[in-house]
Amino acid sequence: MKDLAGESIARQTVAFRLRGRTVDVWGKVLQAAFLLALLLSMGLLLILLVSVTVDAWPVLSSRGASFLGSDTSSIASRTGVRQGLTGSLILVGFVAVAALPLGVGAAVYLQEYARDTRLNRALITNIRNLAGVPSIVYGILGLVVFVKALRAVTGPGSNLGKSYISGGLTLAVLVMPFVIIVTMEALRAVPTSIREAAYGVGATRWEVVRSHVLPYAAPGIFTGAILALARAFGETAPLLLVGAVTGYLNTGSAGFLGTLQGPYTALPTQIYRWSSLPGADWEANAAAAIVVLLVAILLVNASAIWLRTRYERNW
Amino acid sequence: MHSVFFAAAAISVVIGFGIVAALGGNALSFLTKIQLGSLVSEGWFPRRGQFDMLTVFAGSMMVTAIAMTVAAPLGLGAAIYLSEYAGRRSRRRLKPVVEILASVPSVVMGFFALQVINPGFVQSVLGATSTFTVMAAGVGVGILTIPLVASVAEDAMHSVPGALREAAYGIGARRRTVTMKVVFPAAVSGIFAALILGISRAIGETMVVALAAGGTGGSLRSFNPLQPGQTMTTAISSLAIGSDQVRGADQAFNSLYFIGLNLFVITLLLNVASERLVRRLRRHHR
Repeated sequence: MKDLAGESIARQTVAFRLRGRTVDVWGKVLQAAFLLALLLSMGLLLILLVSVTVDAWPVLSSRGASFLGSDTSSIASRTGVRQGLTGSLILVGFVAVAALPLGVGAAVYLQEYARDTRLNRALITNIRNLAGVPSIVYGILGLVVFVKALRAVTGPGSNLGKSYISGGLTLAVLVMPFVIIVTMEALRAVPTSIREAAYGVGATRWEVVRSHVLPYAAPGIFTGAILALARAFGETAPLLLVGAVTGYLNTGSAGFLGTLQGPYTALPTQIYRWSSLPGADWEANAAAAIVVLLVAILLVNASAIWLRTRYERNW
Repeated sequence: MHSVFFAAAAISVVIGFGIVAALGGNALSFLTKIQLGSLVSEGWFPRRGQFDMLTVFAGSMMVTAIAMTVAAPLGLGAAIYLSEYAGRRSRRRLKPVVEILASVPSVVMGFFALQVINPGFVQSVLGATSTFTVMAAGVGVGILTIPLVASVAEDAMHSVPGALREAAYGIGARRRTVTMKVVFPAAVSGIFAALILGISRAIGETMVVALAAGGTGGSLRSFNPLQPGQTMTTAISSLAIGSDQVRGADQAFNSLYFIGLNLFVITLLLNVASERLVRRLRRHHR
């Protein structure tokens, strides 16, 4: 599709000469319908953002700072997102530590080391299928494996395995296939000639990957990683299964490991809880928490997408 | 380094087997402990020992049908515009906006469906009376599915070789003829793949339905989208949330594994089908 503008001018001129002055009315109608579909999709996003902000305004304008700094409470006028936000950040930290290195490593194997054998093709098919598994099914996996089977490690206390470790690992397992797929795409976009040049001067496979392929693929991998973390940040359903606390949470001073093995909460599960409580006060609280969540996710995602368009190379 | 990277890739196999084992084992033990007749009863009331699968299937089908009624025309229309009509520059600007729509968390869409779509559309236009309706949930899920349908379909149409378009223009075809009679048929397997992926996504969606369709605890078998309802996913989530307070009938909690297995198998089949279609498209245009 090179030189689209030139092609379309030439085409229009030829069409005009052949057809005379007739206008393709149905063509225009169709084009307007397609444009309308696109604008409506984007308009819905706008309506969502505006209506949530309007709902949240009473809380944000009257006690914005205290809403950000308060713990969860059963009294609507005193509750806040501090615990939810900290909880979500810890969970995302888990995902970053567990899922990103493993995901990138797996992608490097599949794209750079693996030969086109039946086994490796089966691995890739398996990963593509895992990426399409509904998130709540990962919640069941987390419940069976992390909460129940590995309870001695994930949460030996009275919370029965429902801990940051369980929640964080569940989310890590959930986003890992996505990280692998995005990284493989970024690696595939690096031209073979770069690898061949490095091999030609005697580099080993690992040297080629480390100092040639990975640096060139870095913007793509980085964007994928950010999108994965943002997805983990907003994920709710699996956390309900691995037992995120939705109401009051007592955060004592339990030390580093004690905190990780202790009960936990997250911003999206708080939003779920508040949205299902009756009354306009809770509706406003839920909306305000949504504004906090959306500001975080949309800022991070928009910057990731911007990064990609900025550093995208056409070889 | 070879073996380190291989180990990372092998973990994905462990995850796959883990899912199958966790769901399969527990679902089987659930089936052996209940009376199989209770899988067909008057509704989904797990704490009373009534596990009517048709109730939750029907809920999922209604939500999916409504969602695709929203997502298919909007997603495909947006994809056609982006691929065939938008200039290179506006395409570069518009596509990220669609991608940002994809990053709206489902719990946020659930709130929107409950607070805006239901009173603003389902109650005022369609005349529903309930605060919770399957219709509002379906529309919300549909909006959430638009970007997925749009981006997969757009990829499919964008991968149709330019030579096909030029050949059609060369014999005097109009743009609409090229779009509808050349590009669309050439990309049709990819477009089907986009729709199937959308269906799979809609079936697996939990939070929008949990918030907007009500149906916590149990519900009677119903095929009315203007009433509250339950899907496979919300049956799982409400069992998981309720497990701390009430421990009703013995097997109530374990029924979530059985539904989970059904959900997993259905979405897996859909995803495999869509993957095959995409591969066929790719082979076709090589």
